[in-house]
Amino acid sequence: MTSGAPVIEVRELTKSFGPNIAVNRLSIQVEAGEIYGFLGPNGSGKTTFIRMLCGLLRPDSGAGTCLGYDLFREGDLIKLQIGYLAQRFSLYEDLSVRENLHFMARIYRLPRVKDLVAETMERLGLTRFAEQLAGNLSGGWKQRLALAACLLHRPRLLLLDEPTAGVDPKARRDFWDEIYRLAAEGVTSLISTHYMDEAERCHRLAYLAYGKLLASGTAAEVVAASGLFTWTITGENVHLLAAELKQKPGVELVAPFGNTLHVSGYDPEILRAAVADLDQTRYSCAQSEVDLEDVFISLMNNNRGDH
Amino acid sequence: MSHSGFFSFLRFRAVIAKEFVQMRRDRVTFAMMIGIPIVQMVVFGYAINSDPKHLPAAILAADHSVFSRSIVAAMQNSGYFRIVSTVATEAEANFLIEEGEVQFVLTIPEQFGRCLVRGEQPTLLLTADATDPAATSNALAAFRLVAEAALVRDLQGPLAYLRRGPPSLQVILHPSYNPEAITQYNIVPGLMGVVLTMTLVIITGLAITRERERGTMENLLATPVKPLEVMLGKIIPYILVGYVQMGVIMLAGRFLFEVPMIGNLWLLLAVSLLFIAANLGVGLTFSTLARNQLQAVQMAFFFFLPSILLSGFMFPFRGMPIWAQWIGETLPLTHYLRIVRGILLKGNGLAQLMPNLWPIAIFLLISLTVGLTRYRRTLD
Repeated sequence: MTSGAPVIEVRELTKSFGPNIAVNRLSIQVEAGEIYGFLGPNGSGKTTFIRMLCGLLRPDSGAGTCLGYDLFREGDLIKLQIGYLAQRFSLYEDLSVRENLHFMARIYRLPRVKDLVAETMERLGLTRFAEQLAGNLSGGWKQRLALAACLLHRPRLLLLDEPTAGVDPKARRDFWDEIYRLAAEGVTSLISTHYMDEAERCHRLAYLAYGKLLASGTAAEVVAASGLFTWTITGENVHLLAAELKQKPGVELVAPFGNTLHVSGYDPEILRAAVADLDQTRYSCAQSEVDLEDVFISLMNNNRGDH
Repeated sequence: MSHSGFFSFLRFRAVIAKEFVQMRRDRVTFAMMIGIPIVQMVVFGYAINSDPKHLPAAILAADHSVFSRSIVAAMQNSGYFRIVSTVATEAEANFLIEEGEVQFVLTIPEQFGRCLVRGEQPTLLLTADATDPAATSNALAAFRLVAEAALVRDLQGPLAYLRRGPPSLQVILHPSYNPEAITQYNIVPGLMGVVLTMTLVIITGLAITRERERGTMENLLATPVKPLEVMLGKIIPYILVGYVQMGVIMLAGRFLFEVPMIGNLWLLLAVSLLFIAANLGVGLTFSTLARNQLQAVQMAFFFFLPSILLSGFMFPFRGMPIWAQWIGETLPLTHYLRIVRGILLKGNGLAQLMPNLWPIAIFLLISLTVGLTRYRRTLD
């Protein structure tokens, strides 16, 4: 594949389960070497989309290529070059770390299985757990093992479905370090997540709700495109203002952040007026940067039930 | 496409190796696979196929010679009979049998001793309540030998000439109520088929549903592994389990129940492969149809019950109505029972087994085809 061609390119991909449309005419393009973030509320179609990419589900309609292979006809070839990390731990809990990796390596018919497994365990720090049953590992190490298993065959694309859910901060940091190392080697990653800090680590993002793509681009682009403005209010018992502020015209969102309150809206002048109404002796108000989370929540609110 | 391939021996071997490790780890299931045949052998073997001893008997004797007394004593000593009463009339004897007080009545005619000495081959009549043929057949079979052996000791000196030539007496056996006795050896060889059916269908029934339920199927489906590699890879290890079970049952049959094994055991092992594979095929098919492990077990029982009831294991096959016989003919167990009994008890060879081999082969082919087509390559 030439370096210029996108790794994932899908158009109008659709998938329904009975009357529910899980993915609704989704079009997306992911470039080689990118870390592409996939965000959206539960049930927004992230998992369904990822499963369609790796051949676990058949799309109802649409078109697309993955690694240059046709999504509908060349699933077997795609499978050889992707690494898929399912949301739920899906290796064998009654096999040891080494046995699991051996099994996966043989399934991909890789040469020098023994050395390869040893190298992979070394790289991901799994060597000291080699003989432990996978079921006895902690959540963070399980994810690491799962990552190791989908790296064995040196895939060009990683599809990671909420890889860090329920994993502690240190393990999450290590996980992301690994993803960055892989990106530097040219491996493309598509990661779904609920964490905002992880969203900001991605090169580009897509935000899905109700199976539809609501926003995409870099974090800055998504924020700019949202048209939101935010004021931060500080002061004693500032959270008591939330209910009052929500009633005011022009206020879209009120979200407490520790001892501050974020107030967001689409019209900067009306929002300024709403904030100016407050008792300026007790509270200090200042315009601030728009938070990615606020953007997503407002996107979701504006599209509720519209599907 | 060449590096993807339709069937890869390497991937197939990887699945087999994985199954063996998992089998070893699952101690409870592993213990059951060996334990079930033993428990069933002992329970069924002794409960159904008991060789009853000390059955109550009555004597209706019109002769009190030394010979009569020897025969009665020998009956008692054989262990099969327990003399509980001596009656004077035929009416009394019939009453005891009808009431179930005794299982046998031995009638010794008048002048038995004198006739015997004269070489007139007097007749003994042993009447049996053969409602449960398994209960009486052994005792009946033993009686003739017991009586003759008893007389051999008494026919000494001048009477020794009676021991040569034709038998010195005649025995008439009269099994009432159920004259067509079924031989008890039917049951132990039959158990072999029953145990294999039960354990193999259930265990493989769980094989794919377990992967589905534990979420490991999601990982497996995202890899290049092919359905046939997964199916065969899961079947092979359990074929070995099936052979271990057969070994256990044959050893128990030989040493606990002294079942005669006159046929070629290697032939039996060879043709059993077909039967084992057929059961595994059914189990795998259930596995692909069921949504979870519980459903798979229920399906296995749904298959197991007609197998045990309509195959001729529980009831004589020819005693069933035609429609039930037709259902029975489709089941692998029906044919396997005939094969096992044919080899072990009659010493049948391959040629005589053919009529029962091809129906199992067809069954295997159908079950594997259904299983393969039903194996979902996606999570839809």
